[in-house]
This record gives sequence, C-alpha cells and structure tokens, in this order.
Amino acid sequence: MGVIFYLLAALTLAGGLAAVLLKNTVHCALALTVAFAGLALLFLRLDAQFAGFAQILVYVGAVAILVVFAILLTRGSETPTEGVFSRSWFVGLVIAAAVFAALGAAIVESAPALPGETAAPSVTVLGIGDALVTRYVLPLEIVALLFTAAIIGAVIVAMREKERAK
Amino acid sequence: MSQWVDQIFVLFKNWLVGYLPAGWQGAAGVILCVIAIIAVYPTLFAIAVLLERKGLGRMQNRYGPNRVGPFGLLQPVADGIKALTKEDVVPLRADRVVHFLAPIVLVVAVFMLYAVLPMGRHMVLVNLDAGLLFFFAMGASTELAVFMAGWSSRNKYSLLGAMRAIAQMISYELVLLLSTVVIVMISGSLSLVTIVDAQNHYTGIFPHWYVFTPWGLAGFLVFVIASTAETNRSPFDLPEGESEIVAGYFTEYSGFKFALFFLGEYVEMLAIAGLGVTLFLGGWTAPLSVLTWVPSWLWFFAKIMAWICFFIWLRGTLPRLRQDQLMNFAWKFVLPFTLLNLLVAAIWRFMGGGWLRWVVCSTMVVAAYVGMGRIEMFKRRIGPRTYRYAEE
Amino acid sequence: MTGFATPLAGYLLVAALLFAIGLAGALTRRNAILVLIGIELMLNAANLNLIAFWRYGPNPQALTGFMFAIFSIAVAAAEAAVGLGLVISIYRHTHTTDLDQMNRMKG
Repeated sequence: MGVIFYLLAALTLAGGLAAVLLKNTVHCALALTVAFAGLALLFLRLDAQFAGFAQILVYVGAVAILVVFAILLTRGSETPTEGVFSRSWFVGLVIAAAVFAALGAAIVESAPALPGETAAPSVTVLGIGDALVTRYVLPLEIVALLFTAAIIGAVIVAMREKERAK
Repeated sequence: MSQWVDQIFVLFKNWLVGYLPAGWQGAAGVILCVIAIIAVYPTLFAIAVLLERKGLGRMQNRYGPNRVGPFGLLQPVADGIKALTKEDVVPLRADRVVHFLAPIVLVVAVFMLYAVLPMGRHMVLVNLDAGLLFFFAMGASTELAVFMAGWSSRNKYSLLGAMRAIAQMISYELVLLLSTVVIVMISGSLSLVTIVDAQNHYTGIFPHWYVFTPWGLAGFLVFVIASTAETNRSPFDLPEGESEIVAGYFTEYSGFKFALFFLGEYVEMLAIAGLGVTLFLGGWTAPLSVLTWVPSWLWFFAKIMAWICFFIWLRGTLPRLRQDQLMNFAWKFVLPFTLLNLLVAAIWRFMGGGWLRWVVCSTMVVAAYVGMGRIEMFKRRIGPRTYRYAEE
Repeated sequence: MTGFATPLAGYLLVAALLFAIGLAGALTRRNAILVLIGIELMLNAANLNLIAFWRYGPNPQALTGFMFAIFSIAVAAAEAAVGLGLVISIYRHTHTTDLDQMNRMKG
C-alpha cells in the first residue's frame, strides 16, 4: 500500500463527497472532476496506464464539460432557495449506508483470502489494440453501434426543437 | 564533433546527475529535465510574443514595439515587470476560489503537454507507450480551466467567451484527434519517440516525413486548421473576439493571473506546434539528408518557430469567422473529410509498396475534397465565384 | 503500512465507499443533473473495482478486467451524453430540473 495510495484515495473520496454535498451545482461538477482525476491517478497506480489516460480524456475532457454545459443550459448555476436535498433524503441516505455496510462487510470478511502483492503485468498499447480487434471485437462493434445510436438520438432531439421553432 | 553537439544537453544532464548517489539519479534527472522545460518554453513564449507584435505591426504598416531596448527587443521583459507589479483585481461577486484556481489549472495542464514531446535525439522527458493519448488527455484538461475562468468571473462576456471557447475546442478537439489517427495507423504506435524514428529515413536526400504522403498531407492540413482553432487563434479567435466580447473568458483577470493566461495560451500553442512537427514534419529529423550534421534539437525548435510564424501570418491575413460558420465547417466538412482520410490510410497500409497506392490514395483524397466541396456548393446553391469591379 | 491485509482490499474499500457516496447523491439530491453526477460516481467506482481485480487477479495478461473498464468508460460517456440531453429536453418542457416537481406523466 503506502502513503501515495492513501493520499489518492483521500483525494478521490473528498472529491466525490464534495460533488454530492456542495450547494452550488457548478461547484459539484468541479468537485466531480477532482474525483475523476483522483481515480485516473489510482488507475495509474494500478499500472493501468492506458485506462488512466482514457479516464482523463473521456471524463475530465468530455463528461465534466458536458455536465457544466447542461448546468448552464438549465440555469442551474444559481443556488436553489428551497434546499438542495429531496424530500425523501433520509430514506436515500439509509439505503446508501446499508449498501456500503453490505459491501464493506463482504470485503472485510474476504480480505484474508484476497491475493496479495503481485508483479506488475506488462501491458503495451499494441497488446491492447491486438486484443480489441481479436478477442474483444464483438464488444467493440457493439460499442460502435451504441455510439452511432447515441449520435443519431442527439441529432434527432436537436432537430425536433428546430421544427417546433418554425 | 557533431554527435557531441547533438547530445550536449543529454551529456550535461548525465554529468550533473553523476555527482549524486545512485539511488537519487533517476529522480534528479527528471527534475533537471522539468526545470529545463520550465525555463525554455517561457523564453520561447517571450520570443513568440515579440515576433507576433513586430510581425503584425509590419503587416499593418506600423512599427510595432520599438522603444524598450535595441529595436524593442526588451519589450517582453517590460511586459513581464508590468504584469507582476499591477494590482490584482478580483470582481466583488466573483467566485474567489475558482477564480484563483483557473489560471493555475491551465498552466499546469499546458506544461504537462511537454512531458512526452521528443525535442531532440534522446531528448524526451518520458517515453510513454501511450504518449499521444497522454498529450490529448492533458490538452482536454485545459477546457475545464477555460470554463472555470469564464464562469467564476460573474461577467456575461466572460461566460459567453467561455461557452464559445468550449464549444469550439470540443468540436475541433475531435478533428485534431482523428487527424492524428492516420499516423497511428501507419506507424503502429502511440509513442511519439517511435513515430519520429519511423520518419527518420531518407530516399536520396529527401526525408520520409508523413506529410509527403497523400493521407499525411490531408491529415496535416486538417491538423493545421484544427490546431489553429484549438488554440483560439485567428481566424478562429471568437472566444476572445475583442470587438464583440471584450477579451472572452479572461476579461476579469488582471496583473499576474492575466499573465498566466497569456503564458498558458502561448505555451499551448508551442506544444501543439511541437506535436504537429513531431507527427507530420519529422520531429527533430533534418529536412534533407545532407543537413543531418545540424543538431537535432535545433531542427525541432526551428520547425516550431516556423509554425508560430505561420500562425502570425494567418492572424495578420484572415478575417474572423462567424460562430455558425465555424461549427458548420468543423462538423460538416472537416470531420467527414478526416473520416475518409482514415479509409485512405487503411488502403495505403494494405496495398503494399509500389506506385499504384500513390495514384489510388492521391485520387481518393482529391476526390473527397472536391466532391464534398461540390456537395456543399450545390446545397447552398452557390455558383462559381464572380468578380465585380468598380469600373463596370 | 498496516491497514488492510492486502492492497486489493484497500482498493475495493475505496471503490465501495465511492459507490455508496454516489448512491447517496443520486438518491438524495433534488437536481436531475446532480443525480446524474451520482450515477457517474457509481460507474467510476465500478471501474476502479474492475481495474483492481484485473491488476491483482490470477491472469492479468488476458486483459479481461482492463477491457471491461475501457468499454465501461466508453459506454459511460454515451450514457452521460444521452442522460444530459434528456435532462435538457425535460427542462425545455417544464422549465425545471427539480425532480420533486417532476411528478406529472403528462408533458
């Protein structure tokens, strides 16, 4: 383990906590970015270099920007007057706590049986690319199909607005 | 002798590090390289700003800065002192924390870009296996800094500038990324060092740069357009169009923070120019085989500065685009063209050697360009260009 | 460091905690966009689990968990785009992103 792991874990969890607790919606989105960046660093720590960079590119570069765009387009950047938590917040908190208790108990219980420190696997980008077009070619094609569907969906949503404006 | 000059910085680093105990040498070497990067690029930034002000002045029939030092050469120093001593004004309603963090995030992300750029033979901070991906990941992080600056200022011009900048950067980031994929397809690597090595061959005296192939030329042109837009340079400088929205997302920044934004913008420009040089123009390799005795790092920096001069020339020449023209151009023309270029690169890869692939790939690139231009003309019912003169 | 018996347990605990935080956010916030933020956190926690299991699993050379994480990142990007698009189109209809006020089935 080591100090770096604890620092990164604290950074990630602090970002995540801030993202769900802060009042201002834009601050939440920025805190979310901190959590994403912390996770990317954790991926790097786990020797998953490619996944870490992909995480930064996709989440910090795209998803976080999408979120702030959505916040600005829905006038969400002003702090709401009537509280930020929903009426049923207590139930939600209990459910989340219960889920964490169950997961945590399972992990603590099975901790002695988990495998210990192993040598870092050598993963090259070439190997990843090779695997993507051989063993994982079907999921790759399905993801491509999903993206096409998402793009068409986005265009249709935008086009319908235009027709209404006419 | 020439070999020694070529490796002078590497040898100097090894000599310095050699005095340390063996356990510290790796870390010390990295720190030395980082210090070198942090020292060199702001210097280049000062030179680029001076070049820009002088060059633009000449293009607009005026002198440009000529008061500080001989020929105005010390103008960047004066600018720096001015920026450091100016009052740092933060708007009353601004979000102070985010307002403070935005320039720092930008500058840190921008300097990270240099970690993977090979600036000469054996002169790279880390030769990452996924170097190109790292470069784009860090480049994408700058968008967030732009948003933070624009939103935290509580100024409508800042916010409008930030929205424009992000929309533009996302659109052109896609194009930028796709235009470099052809290089990855042909060279089979994401490591920038490997990509430069693959271009370091000569036929006769001419180099094997990727720009001298049909798909490489198409990719290079797209890359130049997208890099201009990505760095918010004219003619794509809508995010900071002075005549419309003051200075865009950094309107409310003054003093040192403004200087940081200015620095970040130019350093990003240098980094993207460096990436373009590395991918398409052979990085640190010499343009003719008879010139290989010139040190490799000199070629790299000369190519970057030539690229910057090209940017300055563009800024002095072209008028600013409109927002809808910008978006239509990115999504309806450049993006499909880049996707077709991927197909061309794939065909090139599988046709093997010989002259036939030159003919096929060149035809495809030209046909794609002309065809898409014609379709666009037909859709807008634009005829051939006509000229009207005053004498008629 | 003494804390967890194995490094894997540490990563799993972090992921579980992050998942719980995301779940709590998704269940308690009023703003639809913040619910999406909670969902993103949960997806990311799952990714961390996948990568950790890949790293400390019996056969990391097969890249199974790694590929799962890569695909999950890709799918999550599409999910975020579609989800936020839906939120924006709902906002155009009802002029609110407050989930407590979105209680009508009729548009």
